[in-house]
Amino acid sequence: MNRPIVNAGKFQRPLTTIIAAVLIITVTFYLAVPVLALFFRTTPELFLESLQNPEVLSALWLSIFTSVISLVIVLLVGTPFAYFHSRNQYPGRMLVDTIIDLPLVLPPAVAGVALLLLYGRSGLVGKYLSMFGISIAFTTLAVIIAQIFVASPFYLRQAKSLFEQLDPAYEKTALTLGASPLRIFATITLPLTAGGLVSGAVMTFGRALGEFGATLMFAGNLPGVTQTMPLAVYVGMQGELNVGITVSILLVIISFAIMIAIRILAKKEVRNA
Amino acid sequence: MLELTLRKTLRDFSLEVYMEVRPGRIMALMGDNGAGKSTILNMVAGLISPDSGSISINGTIICDTAHGISLPVEKRRIGYVLQNPAVFPHMSVRENIAYGPKAEGLSRDVISARVDHWLEKLEIRDLAQVKAGNLSGGQRQRVALARALATEPSLLMLDEPFTALDADSMQSVKKYIRTFVTEMKIPCLIVTHRVLDSKEIGDQACIMSRGKMEWVGNPSDFPLCSCRDVTVTS
Repeated sequence: MNRPIVNAGKFQRPLTTIIAAVLIITVTFYLAVPVLALFFRTTPELFLESLQNPEVLSALWLSIFTSVISLVIVLLVGTPFAYFHSRNQYPGRMLVDTIIDLPLVLPPAVAGVALLLLYGRSGLVGKYLSMFGISIAFTTLAVIIAQIFVASPFYLRQAKSLFEQLDPAYEKTALTLGASPLRIFATITLPLTAGGLVSGAVMTFGRALGEFGATLMFAGNLPGVTQTMPLAVYVGMQGELNVGITVSILLVIISFAIMIAIRILAKKEVRNA
Repeated sequence: MLELTLRKTLRDFSLEVYMEVRPGRIMALMGDNGAGKSTILNMVAGLISPDSGSISINGTIICDTAHGISLPVEKRRIGYVLQNPAVFPHMSVRENIAYGPKAEGLSRDVISARVDHWLEKLEIRDLAQVKAGNLSGGQRQRVALARALATEPSLLMLDEPFTALDADSMQSVKKYIRTFVTEMKIPCLIVTHRVLDSKEIGDQACIMSRGKMEWVGNPSDFPLCSCRDVTVTS
């Protein structure tokens, strides 16, 4: 039966407005206001003063340093892996898919305990490493390992799906034009997926920057060595409240910048498509 | 001269073809969807392997399963325009056409001269700096053709090159294909659905059905066939 579309529109418009209003109010109060509350608990002077605090600076530096290293490793290892995975059928492919997603659902603290039981002094691998005087747990390296464990799925999932969605006609054509597989990857595959790959990388960086549970369990909380920004917030909230708030605000600003970057890149991707 | 004998077991049937196409001649491959036409092109290009058979172009064997010969795709020197012309959208028209010669490692001057030549021939000089992602369907097809020919191939293959083209673009693309195949004296395989296309451009035609060559001959002698997707528009 044909429905009168014009009447439906008349009924829908007020309903849409009401639902939109409820949505805006919910999002504002549930998500935005708690974040804004941080800004109301400090003043620009206090914020700038706390920013001079050596613990804040060292946490900021350590967080950025470890997150950048984690991201570089994820990009260098993850990109060829995701490409191989999306282009080939191999035994255990589904298992690999599931394992990649595991860190997304695993509580980070559990991930930290698992990493500790593997790389700790008496861990499965750690006990052999300690024979050579190599200790991983409670070092900056442990921070990086924890970040990679927790954040890499964000990039891998994105890269896999981008490579799978890319029309194979581009790569086939390049092959018939005489290009080597490496050249095709560098000149066709990467540029055509670049926007999505960068937004996946930005998400990964953001997740690594905000990593807390696994880092605390596996790397500890040593200022200047393993105390990243989220850990500095935790310590600050138990002692110097201003330090905790300042670092939190820094994390909010960085997260906001990351979200804006992702939106810009996503728009660029749509334009290129 | 293109000579091929190919066999391949597909999901629903076995593909078996024998074909000869002389230099400067165009063979139109027709038939139902899934009759194996594109599979033949993909096997000739080296994108998929035949179960058995051989392919030679101008006496050079590029594939011979009996002797374990199979040149990799990038060494076959075949200009292949796929059904999706796949112009590289992030590159300019000029960069698209230069892609093959660059991959071949030719000098800058040679690449530049060759690109200019094909921009001129396909009448797309004014589009040289345009991003290929912004081109119309007809322009994309011309760029794809120029790009394939800029590698100076010994065989040209086109998979449904006239689909989604308006009447004017279709006529000009047909004119270009005919001209270049004759000028370059290379054999050409074209997959098309329309009898009119094969009559207008084909020197020979082959009607495929479930992997078998049902009919081969001059397109003007087309039989009244039962192929579902062969649209008689003439």
